[in-house]
Parts: sequence; structure tokens; C-alpha cells
Amino acid sequence: MIASKDFAARSRQVAADLTHRGFIHKALSGYELKRDENIGKFQNWGAARQSAAEIKWETINHLDHYLVEFTSKLEARGAKVFWATTGQQVCDYVSDLARDKGAKKIVKSKAMTSEEVHLNAALRKAGYEVVESDLGEYIVELAGHAPYHFVFPAMHLKREEISALFEKELGTAPTRDPEELTMIARKVMRQVYCTADIGISGANFAIAETGMISITENEGNARLTTSLPKVHVAIMGIEKVLPNLSDLALFLPMLATAGAGQALTGYNSMIGGPRQPGEIDGPEEMHVILLDNHRTQLLADPEQRDALHCIRCGACLNVCPVYRSVGGHAYGTTYAGPIGSVITPHLRGLHEWKHLSNASSLCGACTGACPVKIDLHHHLLHNRRNAAKAKPAWWEKIAYDVFAWVMDRPALYRLAGKLGYWGQKLHPLVERTFLDPARSWTVTREVPKLAPEPFRDLWKKRRQSATT
Amino acid sequence: MSDREKILGRIREALRLPAPHPGVHGGASLDQGEDAGRREVPDYTDWLPAVGRTFEERAALFAKNAADLRAEFFLLDNESELPAAFQKLAAAQGWKRIVTHRGSLIDRTLIGNTLPVGYTDQGYVVAEMEASDAGLTECEALVAQTGSVLVSAKSSGGRALSVLPPHHIVVARASQMVADLGAAFAGLKAKYGEQYPSFLSFITGPSRTGDIERILVLGAHGPKKLTIFCVPG
Ligand code: SF4
Repeated sequence: MIASKDFAARSRQVAADLTHRGFIHKALSGYELKRDENIGKFQNWGAARQSAAEIKWETINHLDHYLVEFTSKLEARGAKVFWATTGQQVCDYVSDLARDKGAKKIVKSKAMTSEEVHLNAALRKAGYEVVESDLGEYIVELAGHAPYHFVFPAMHLKREEISALFEKELGTAPTRDPEELTMIARKVMRQVYCTADIGISGANFAIAETGMISITENEGNARLTTSLPKVHVAIMGIEKVLPNLSDLALFLPMLATAGAGQALTGYNSMIGGPRQPGEIDGPEEMHVILLDNHRTQLLADPEQRDALHCIRCGACLNVCPVYRSVGGHAYGTTYAGPIGSVITPHLRGLHEWKHLSNASSLCGACTGACPVKIDLHHHLLHNRRNAAKAKPAWWEKIAYDVFAWVMDRPALYRLAGKLGYWGQKLHPLVERTFLDPARSWTVTREVPKLAPEPFRDLWKKRRQSATT
Repeated sequence: MSDREKILGRIREALRLPAPHPGVHGGASLDQGEDAGRREVPDYTDWLPAVGRTFEERAALFAKNAADLRAEFFLLDNESELPAAFQKLAAAQGWKRIVTHRGSLIDRTLIGNTLPVGYTDQGYVVAEMEASDAGLTECEALVAQTGSVLVSAKSSGGRALSVLPPHHIVVARASQMVADLGAAFAGLKAKYGEQYPSFLSFITGPSRTGDIERILVLGAHGPKKLTIFCVPG
């Protein structure tokens, strides 16, 4: 229950902060324009979405087959594959590896799975220096924040705040110029790439046919992270697989378009194994960690299985009126926004996280934006239903029993209507105070008024005047 | 039991219940008994942004995309123009040292070059590459639809050469211009069969970020500049 209280408190705070909301709104409306412009260039965006959804359906519904194919191809190319049921196993595996390699410094490019299992904290506790190389991740880490958005982690920070942060942490001169700020990070990071012992990355896709992972990024930090250090570790959820290399011809443009309004993201790199014989450079070792962490539980629910089709483009967050109002930090989850509200109850427990599914207007903007056609807003309804079914609230049960009992008795129903009408006249005396029984509704909304004359009376009158 | 077997076991158990097909909300599931490995790959070309059929149309589209991405694209009339074009760029940028790899187009480009050149083919020192002004590479393909350059560990001097130096210069032949990513993948398959290089990357414009207030900045970690020369042949 703590999570829901936190969520309510944080949401209330951000929703009231109009400057912050304006800032987020501005950042995201630029995205929408660019996205629509790019969707317009597709000859048939609808067919592309349907096809992407079908490919993901095929893969997820034969996941065992494709994972076996992917891992055996990858292993044949000299990579090591580690299957992890829990997040703890991931942290242990990477720590042990770092120890075995005598590593000191670890450079990372963006991996949401590592946020999911709190890898940085575990590695730092074990005594390793860990540097996030993605600019946004680097900034939020310096600030001690969680990522605000899983595609744009630092979108909540203004340039002045970032400048002050750099000034404090790195001793650089203040500046309002985003380019200068970026160059500060570039300079710091260049040294890190050249001296790090291990590079950790995520994976946006995994290709069964060829045994490759595919990484999408704009900055080039993932390329440097996976090229220069001697050891490359990639962490991915088991749901990331696609059957064929050529499927990327569809998925890469769709990810870029839906996620950031780009025709294609700056770098889309496919990596199949460590440096191969005859190649000039690249890591000596490549380790790929496949993470379950309750994904198989979600897989076991056929109704919501398609939530595993998600390619983490972030489009559903960008268009969500709730996300835009309460911001990415209110959720308190690794994955925020509509997709986070759908999957977090599966990953972390339905009862503690069901409140996220109630925080929705069910407008369906998320479903409309999703490039792989996940039925997001219906899944929010499914979560609500499942939560109510599994553990109905006692007061809800009493309320519905009383309601049913009254509805069964017309005389009582009539009386209740009358009482309600007169009772409502007294409501203004307590409205919005602590004595108000409907306070949680009335603090932000008006209560609809009961009609002075109920419909059945009106109807009776009409019938009488018609017959006379 | 290993975690591999445990996870695969949970997956197989979970998949015993069929899921509805995409777009069939709440409806019955179709073709439940179907085996995995449906390999026929749909043709996406009709849905993705349109690309012309001739080289001229594709080169024009590539040029437009490159301009939008703030990359420079030069379509040369003759291979013999490469050295002069390269030297003009080198002089304008004030380069002092460049890094490259062995290749026939590279050799053509560097005819008459007087700058110190490092080659990656026999290995290289990372700090030296980092301190160089430009990386000159060949490529696998140019993709008209997106304005991308496809590089690989085999064709482009390794993994780091096209991303570590601050300016990346690509030399390509007109025959390497393809319509879309799908055609680029088909080309790779024809060339390498099962023996793909361990690294492939579609480079789409110079390195960029929008992480500060969603404002575009070039040269976040990789090259700040990208220049592409394309010659006939
Ligand atoms: S649910 Fe769909 S829209 Fe949301 S992040 Fe995943 S793929 Fe993108």
C-alpha cells in the first residue's frame, strides 16, 4: 500500500507544478510534430504496425524455439550466454566476472534491464567504478535521480540545473549552451572509454537467425562501449528476440519513428560475438545475459502476453495525458507510463502496483501510438479486474451487496432516491471538509446533482397526460 | 537443473495456453497448433517510405536525407576526382593526422596525400586513434531511404575507426547505393553467407544527442562530422 500512497503524493505535487508540466509538455510536443511528419513518409504505417505486431506475436508465442536458436548461434561465434532467473543472479554474474578479470573501471551504455536489477548499485558496492556513458543517464546519475523517461532520461532537467550540477561535480564553468554542456560530458567520457576494463550494454533486439544483438542509439556511446574495452557484457530481457536479420528493416525505422520522430536513429549496430579471427579490434570476450525476472509469469497470461511485444520505444509515455501530468518520477517504477502500469504488477506484484492501472483516463492514446499494437488501455482494465477478483476490498464488497439489495426492492430504491435528493441539499455544509464522505472526489471535482424529479415520476406523468 | 532449463521450462509451460492474434481483441486464438519457424519474410518495401528505382533518384534521396541529418554528401563524376576532393576537405578542416585502413578506394583517395596516416589493419593504439583528426573508411552500403552508411568490422577498418575520431569520411561506389535496410541486409547475406562480421552498424548522420532539453547537439560521443564521397562504378 506504500507504493500507492507515494504515487498519489508525488502525482499531486507534480500535477500542481505548472512550470514543470509546461516544460515537459513543450519537450514532448516537439516530438509529436516530428513523429507525425515521419509517419507521413511511410507508405502504409497501419500495415507496418500490423506486420510488426505479427512478427512479435510469432516470436513471443514460440519464444523457447527462438531463444534456443539465438543462443546456439551466438555461442557458436564464441560468446558466452548466461540465463538469469532473478536480478540478483545478474548482479552476481557481473561482479564475479569483474573480479575474475581484475577489472577496476566499468563503462555502461543504456540498459533498462540493468536499472531493473539495480546493477550499478551492486557493482559499486563491490568496489568497482561504474560510469554511465549515455549523456542523459550520466546526468541523472550525477544528480542522484532515477531516469525520468526510459528514452529521454534527463528530460526533466533544465540546462541551468545541468550546468550547476556539472559545476558542482566536475568543477566546470557555468554555461547555458547545451552544446558546451554536451562537450563537457564528451571530454570526461572519452578518457573512460579508453581506460575501462569492461563495457556493459543493453540490447534493443536479438536476432535468432544470425545470433546477433542489435543496439539502437544516437550518441555513439554504445558503439564505443562495445568496441574498446576487452570484455563486453550485454544484458537483455528474454522477450527481445526477432526471427530474422531482415526483420530489422521494419523494426529499426519503426522504433526510430515511434520513439523519437526520427527516420532512423543515429547508430543501429548489430553485434554477433566477440572479435572474430581476422578482425582488427573488438572485445576478446562477449557475455550475453538473458533475464527472466518474472517475464515468464507475464508470458503465462495469454490475455496480456502481448505486453511482451513491447520494443520500449516510449511512444505510449509521450502521448499519455497521465504521464504528462504526473511525470516519470511519480510512478516509482523502472518502466513508467502506460506500459509500466501494465507490466509492473506482473513484475513486482499485483496488489502493491494495481493503483497504476487506476491512474488512467482509458483514453486509449497509448494503444493508438504503440508501433506493435499492444492493447495497452484494455490491459489496464484487465489489471483492474484481476486485482478486484483476486482480493476484493471489503468496503467495496459491502457497498455492492447493499447496492444489490436495494436495487432488488423497488420501494426501497424509490425511497433511497428521495433521501439522496434531500440529503444532497445538506452536502454543501460539509463539502470539501474533512467531514465530507465524498471528499476524495470533491476536492478536485464537482458532484453531479440528483434531479429533483426522478425519471420514473416524469415517466408516470407523461403516461398519465397521454391517456387523459 | 540449470537456469537455462528452468527458464525454457517455464516458457514452454506458459505457452501451453494460446494467445489471441494481434488485432483480435478478446477474440479466439487462431492457428494454435502452428509450428515455430515460419520463415517467409514479408516484403516491407510497400509500407516503408518510398524510394525511387534509378540510381539518380536514390542518390537524390540520399543527398536530401544527408542534408537533413547534417552530413555532407558529394557525388563525384569520376574516381580520379577523389584525391583533390579529399585534400580540399583536409586543408579546410586543418587536419594534422588521419587514420584509415587498406582498401582500393582508400588507396585511390590517398594518392598524393601528404598528411601522416595511421593504418588499423595491423592493430592500433587507441590513444593515437583518439588523438587523430579524422577516420577514413570504406563501407558495405549506402541506404537511400534513410541516408545511412552501413559499415562492418570487415569493410571499414574495425569497430572503432568509424566512431572514435571526430570526423568520419566515407568513400563508396555508386553500386553500393541500395534502396532500404532490407536491401542492405540482402547484400550482406549474399556477400558473407553465414560468416557475418562480428560487428555491423548503420550510421545515420553524425553522432547526436537531444538529452538536454531535447535540443539537438552534434558530436555527443562519436564524430561531430560525417562526410560521404560517392564515385561511379
Ligand atoms: S508499449 Fe508500445 S508504445 Fe509503449 S513503449 Fe512499448 S512498444 Fe512503445
